[in-house]
This record gives sequence, C-alpha cells and structure tokens, in this order.
Amino acid sequence: MDNELGIFIQQTINAISLGGTYALLALGLAIIFSIMGMINFAHGELMTITGYTLMYCGLSGLPFIIAAPLAVLVAAGAAVLMERIAFRPVRGGSPASMLVTSFAVAIILQTLFQNLIATRSKAVILPDILAQSVRLGDLTIGINQILSISLTIVILIALNWFLRKTILGMAMRAAAEDFSVARLMGVRANAVIAGAFAISGALAGAAGVLWVAQRASVDPLMGFVPVLKAFIAAILGGLGSLTGAVAGGFALGFIEIYLSAYLPDHIQPFKEALALGAVILVLLVRPNGLIPAVTVGREKV
Amino acid sequence: MHYGAVEAVRGIDLHINEGEIVTILGANGAGKSSTMNSIVGLEPPNQGEINFSGISLFGLPTENIVRYGITLTPEGRRIFGSLTTEDNLLLGSFPLADPKTDRARNLLKMYDLFPILSERREQIAGTLSGGQQQMLAIARSLMSSPKLLLLDEPSLGLAPQIVDTIFEQIVDLRDAGITILLVEQNVAMSLQVADRGYIMASGRIVTEGSSEELSSSNVVEQAYLGHE
Repeated sequence: MDNELGIFIQQTINAISLGGTYALLALGLAIIFSIMGMINFAHGELMTITGYTLMYCGLSGLPFIIAAPLAVLVAAGAAVLMERIAFRPVRGGSPASMLVTSFAVAIILQTLFQNLIATRSKAVILPDILAQSVRLGDLTIGINQILSISLTIVILIALNWFLRKTILGMAMRAAAEDFSVARLMGVRANAVIAGAFAISGALAGAAGVLWVAQRASVDPLMGFVPVLKAFIAAILGGLGSLTGAVAGGFALGFIEIYLSAYLPDHIQPFKEALALGAVILVLLVRPNGLIPAVTVGREKV
Repeated sequence: MHYGAVEAVRGIDLHINEGEIVTILGANGAGKSSTMNSIVGLEPPNQGEINFSGISLFGLPTENIVRYGITLTPEGRRIFGSLTTEDNLLLGSFPLADPKTDRARNLLKMYDLFPILSERREQIAGTLSGGQQQMLAIARSLMSSPKLLLLDEPSLGLAPQIVDTIFEQIVDLRDAGITILLVEQNVAMSLQVADRGYIMASGRIVTEGSSEELSSSNVVEQAYLGHE
C-alpha cells in the first residue's frame, strides 16, 4: 500500500470515530428538539457528569468495563432529573424561555463542578488497553477508535430498532411528529418526554465515555465544545431529524479531520473557520439541512 | 351521555345521546373545532363541566380522556406521515384497557372495514392519497374501540365520490353502536346522516334541533352567510 493511501485510510478512520461521537451527541439533541422544540444546551454537562463518574469509579478501583455502563446510566438518570426539575415547569413555554432555562442549567452545573470537584482538569484512570493499537498491514488503528466506531454502530442500530419496532419507540416518533395527536392516541406526555430525556442522556453518556477514553481527563467545561459541535451537526443535518443528526455528525467529523489532515500548515489556524464555512455552504444550498425533519414548524408540546 | 355546559368557546351547552349522530354546523371560525378540542382536553376549558356517562372529564389531560372511550379524528387528518399505515393503526390502540388481546382483533376489524388500508399496510402513511389518509385517520381513532367518536371535517379536501364513501362509513359506524359528533363543511350531507344538529356562530350555539327541523329552516344559511 502506498503511503498516501495509507494516510487517507488512517484519517478516514479518525473521521468516522470523531463523526460518530458528534453523531451520538447530535442525536441526543435532536431527540429532545423533535419532541419538545427545545435545544438542550445542558446536554454537554451530561457528558461532563459521565466524565466525573468515570473519574470517581477509576479512583475507587472499579473496573472500566463496569464503570463505563454505570457512567452512561448516571447520565441518563441526570437527564431525567434535569427534565423533572428544570424543564417540566417551562414546558409549553416560548422557545426562548426553554433555551434560557437550558443555559441556566448548564451554567449551574458548571459552577457546581468547579466548586465541588475542581476548577482544573482531573485525570481519569483508564485501562491500559485503551492506549494500545492494532496493526493491520501498514495501518495502525487505536483500540480507542475501534471501541468508538463499534460502539457508535451498535448504538445506532439499537436505537433504530427501538424507534421502529417497539410500541414505546413508535409513540416517541409519533410524539415528535404531532404531539397533540399522539396524546389523542393515549400517549402519556410525561412518560414520552421522560423517556426521550433518558435516551438523550444515555447518548450523551456514551459520547462522554468515548470522549474521555480519548483524553483521559475531565474538566468542568468539558462538554461545552463537543455539544456546540453537535449542535452545528444537528443543524447541518436538519434540526429535529434523527437521520439528519447522524448524517450531520459524520459530515462534520469528516470535514474537520480532512481539513486538519490536508490543509497546508500556514492555513491550519483557519481550519475551524473553514469547517464552519463549509457548513454554511451546505446550508445555503439546503437551508433545512441535509435530511430535513418531516415536521419543520409543526406545533410542539 | 351528557355534556353539561361545555364552556369551550363562550358558554356552550350541548349533549349527545348514546347511539346518535349529532352534527355541529357553522361558518369557519364559529368555534366548532374548539368545541371538539375542548371535549378531549386539547384546548382545556377554563370553567364548566364535561360529563361522559356520569364521569367528569373536566380538567383531565387528553391522554386520560381517551381512555374513557372518547376520541377525536382531527381536522386535516393529521396521520403520522413518516410511519407506516399499520404503525399508525397500532398507535391508535394505545388507550385500550387490554391491548394484548384487543389490538390484533381491532386491526383485523379495520382491515375488514377499510380493505385499501390492508393493501397499503406497509406503505409510509404520508404517501397515501387524501381519501386513504382520511380512512386511516378514522380507522386509527377506531382502534381504541371508542364509544364516542368526534369527527372534525372528515370530508375536507376529498373528491365527491370519496366523500360519499366516508359518509356511508359514518352511518355504518353509528349502526355498529358508536355515538358520533360530527363537524362538517358539507351541510347538506351532514344533516342527511345526523339525527340532530347544533348551529354555531361567533363561538356560541345559536340554534339546535333535529336534522329535519334544521334542514327546513333558514338558520343554517344565516349562520353561514352572516360570516362570509
């Protein structure tokens, strides 16, 4: 294999891995948006909660194989609590009040992390195997990336099955499409919304595990940047569309990785700007995103 | 069955007897849909009473109201366009008290009643024709085995021969024991199938009477002309 092709494949694997994490995060945002019409900016703090759970588990000697699913569960539980305490009172309010509420939740959580845990980044103890890699011919693939890509695939398949084949999943899709009519079908608003937050939190938790597994550290603001990226990915894909969120997440991952791999050195400082420029170009051609939601503008809860 | 003083729009008092088809007529914006929506709790009334077989529905959320055997087929069909025909029907069975046994039975009943839906069971509902979507919307409501069915503009936007079919089916449903409250633009056909009717204007009921009485008087015309 010639070297150039090798680098290309290597970068593609990086892109799938990063794009998959963005896709999981964007999906979590999209599920909540599709049902409630709200962008949950506190989604990133769910990732951070996952990170701290991994940190404490590591300190207490709990093996990663138990700590990782536990951290995902904690994130799902935290998301349900977030809805119950902060978002239910403003449900049905204006999009602006829901948005401000989610910012407030994000900032309160960041402040709590800073004051109760640490202002600075803390190390997370990870199993050594995550830092290792396997060689396939000329390719070196990190165990991390294999974990990341395979976990993303399993989650996407499982979620797709849940939404299509189970009655609860169908109820959630129905609620996303037309909440009033879903209630006419006897779908309980509180149950569907709590379920959506649980799934969204679990997705943030899974993304958080993958994020921390790459970096071996956690800090109070850890969730901010990836969720901002996921938000961009969700818009790129078509806000409120689940397939769109996945497509947007992968697209953004590819754009970022290829730009950082192939841009000449002197243009590298502009790569974020160029990535966002590429997103804007796509949106100029497709204003509702790559795969628009069927219910753009339909009334929400 | 009695709905005492439904303060839906502006002091509305209507009642429906078991086994009847009752129609609400009136110009656009007269408050017909709001009245229907308030019965099922989609536009909760601020005051008044809603009684159904002796149970007070006032203040209950929609998802609980439908469990008492009332359902609404909303205006504009509002089927779940991204789901298959069959999934739409399955969702309709949510309010059933015993879904395990009744869901499959009702599904067969619907396919028997609307054979075209059986042919299209795997089709994405958004791609059905208007008439098929209307049948799906009605069938989806029937999946919950309602005692009282509220139909909001079931003939809207449909070709004349499909309208005939829909109205025939409405009569069949009544004959099968379902009580129906019907809101319609198509005044002549509504009065033909209905036992009684109410006429609304500007959020109030202006007249009520049997279908014969309403057909022979000019209040219906006035109610429409007054607003057009």
